[in-house]
Amino acid sequence: MAILPNTLTGTKIPEYKAEWKEGEEGRWGVAIDMDLCTGCQACVAACSMENNIPFVGEEAAGYGRQMSWIRVERLWEGEYPEVKATPFQPVMCQQCGSAPCESVCPVFATVHSEAEKLNLQVYNRCVGTRYCANNCPYVARVFNWADFERPEPLPNQFNPDVTVRRRGIMEKCTFCIQRIHKGQDQAKSEGRDVRDGEVMPACAQACPADAIVFGRLDDPESKVSKMSKDKRATHLLEDLGTQPRVSYLKGGFNGNLG
Amino acid sequence: MAISASALSHAHEHDHEAELRKEHLMLDPKPRGEMNALVMDSMISSSWKFWALAGLMAIITAVGLFGAWGYSIAEGLYTASVNRPMYWSYFLVHTVFWIGISHAGTFVSALLRVFKVEFRRPFTRAAELMTTFALAQAGIHIFAHMGRVWLAYWMFPIPNQRQLWVNFQSPLMWDFLAINTYLLSSTMYLFLPLIPDLAMARDRSTGWRKNLYRILALGFRGTEAEWTHLRIALNIFAFAILPVMFSVHTIVSWDFAVAMRPGWSSTIFGPYFVVGALQSGVAAVGMVVIAVRYGLKNMDYFIRKEHFDSIGKLMLVISMAWAYFFFNDYMIQWYGGDKFTDALLHFHEAGPGGWIWFLMLITNIAIPWLVLWNKNWRRNPWILFSVGLLINVGMWAERFIIVPISLQINRMPFMWGHGIKNLHDTFPYVSVEIPIFIGSIAFFILLYMLASKLIPLVPVWEVQEGQMAHSIRKYGKEPVVSVAELE
Repeated sequence: MAILPNTLTGTKIPEYKAEWKEGEEGRWGVAIDMDLCTGCQACVAACSMENNIPFVGEEAAGYGRQMSWIRVERLWEGEYPEVKATPFQPVMCQQCGSAPCESVCPVFATVHSEAEKLNLQVYNRCVGTRYCANNCPYVARVFNWADFERPEPLPNQFNPDVTVRRRGIMEKCTFCIQRIHKGQDQAKSEGRDVRDGEVMPACAQACPADAIVFGRLDDPESKVSKMSKDKRATHLLEDLGTQPRVSYLKGGFNGNLG
Repeated sequence: MAISASALSHAHEHDHEAELRKEHLMLDPKPRGEMNALVMDSMISSSWKFWALAGLMAIITAVGLFGAWGYSIAEGLYTASVNRPMYWSYFLVHTVFWIGISHAGTFVSALLRVFKVEFRRPFTRAAELMTTFALAQAGIHIFAHMGRVWLAYWMFPIPNQRQLWVNFQSPLMWDFLAINTYLLSSTMYLFLPLIPDLAMARDRSTGWRKNLYRILALGFRGTEAEWTHLRIALNIFAFAILPVMFSVHTIVSWDFAVAMRPGWSSTIFGPYFVVGALQSGVAAVGMVVIAVRYGLKNMDYFIRKEHFDSIGKLMLVISMAWAYFFFNDYMIQWYGGDKFTDALLHFHEAGPGGWIWFLMLITNIAIPWLVLWNKNWRRNPWILFSVGLLINVGMWAERFIIVPISLQINRMPFMWGHGIKNLHDTFPYVSVEIPIFIGSIAFFILLYMLASKLIPLVPVWEVQEGQMAHSIRKYGKEPVVSVAELE
């Protein structure tokens, strides 16, 4: 009777899109202190290692096909030496509460999870229309343009917790959901809640300046929710109403340190 | 009050009537048997040149379309020019291009039928065929654009035990349903007026053709009841397919207009795309009609300069409408003052692909306006064909500006593309999109050539019906064309 609407059969079909409310806090969030970020790209490397991101090689990277899920942005204004640089700004998927990518996927390959309140990419379901990537205002999504070969030492460091993706599908930052689940399982087996700072995505763990802070936004005592309520905190493209879960802090010393 | 009268010579009046008959197909009736024989002859007899050309088209299709596409399926989409942030490129340009071309077929056929425009009669079939064949090309390009085309059936809402469903919120899903609806309804609309002609062909052929037409004609004998049913069905279809036609390209435009992007998020995109589709499609109808007229035997009787003239006028009017919508779209976006939209508009005109923007304006507005106002130029097949080709180049440029060029500019300036240069720098060798497009043009021509040998490319019964309704009457010495309503 699966083809009948649930009102007839009485069974409830699980919702594909979690209900979000205006102004609702997310569950997991990131706060990035741009005044601390040195632009060292350690987060980019760590993310690639953790998430089995394909190594596209020098040539393809030269053509702009590198697949990192996080990038460190920096823009210049003016001509050298009179340049005014913006602070380093690591940008990954903002895990929008109201995500523009979700509504445009024709096959529900990108959905909102009710449990983690994260924006998920279902690799098995993706057919590769790339509409989500076009509709992402943060340009956070990357596409598997080919089955890129990994040169010899690299196949030895696959992360067994993360799916290896094939060509023709979309992928993006997951907030290291495998680490979130591991932390939750550990806490559950010990009969407690996840402690603040216990779960850390690869980028936050690798950051030498501790500029990236990860934690629960629905816990008012956590470091990340305190930081995201800070005066210095802003969200990227907040006026679009996407409710991003990543806060950017800047303005302490102005970013022009480096 | 001065009354001036001048005597007309008798010979001149005589010429006038002969001129009318020479000019208008509807006033130049042939006996039905003779006309049927003309059409049958055009289907059955063909030269070696015809089959050589068809063979060439088949080779280009096999290598260009299916060869290159198969290569891109096996290797992945890095063989195409898609890249970050330009996730859509030529494939979507060509999809919209072919869907646009497919629109005018129905426009010419259904809208002109609804309004009882008489010049439509000899080329409605050619236009309807264009709809179906161009939609097939559009479908090929949509599939070629997908990352995992072997899972394309997931776009169908097929019930399954895991309750995986399709997302009816997605514009791509609306698009998928709209194009399928359009393909099915336009194929039925192509088939309905074909039935009497297939019956005519059945009665005049032997061998395998007779068997084929016997099946396809569905036992049509030409009784009064059958004609009544056909007329009623055609009337319903002609009215019903028009909203489908307008909605399909509106929904195609929503793929862009609904998205959250500068330059795409525009409320005028729906009608703008519909008019753009008519612009490219009517130009393509003009090209096809000229190709049929000069490429197929006996067609000089059916397709005359009056048809070139009428299609030329349509092209001119639609070009004016397109110019209005283009201006409107541009004006509203510019007036909105959003800084990313401003950057995008600047990028359109002054970016590395700026020449494409000017090419679009020249070929879509300047050339039709400068050429098509002149009756003698409209009636010249070379000029009309060239203008049709240029309009299609311009409409291709328009879609190119909307898809890959607009995708260079987004709200994260760090991720901006570098324009047209980037497009060719993204891969070191020829992109598969070019051979696939050339192959799809060859496939389109091949389908047309095969169709011209299998079905009557001129709706004979419609021409005969029109000729029965038209007559030249004399009021005094002046010949006057009179059209009767057929009931």
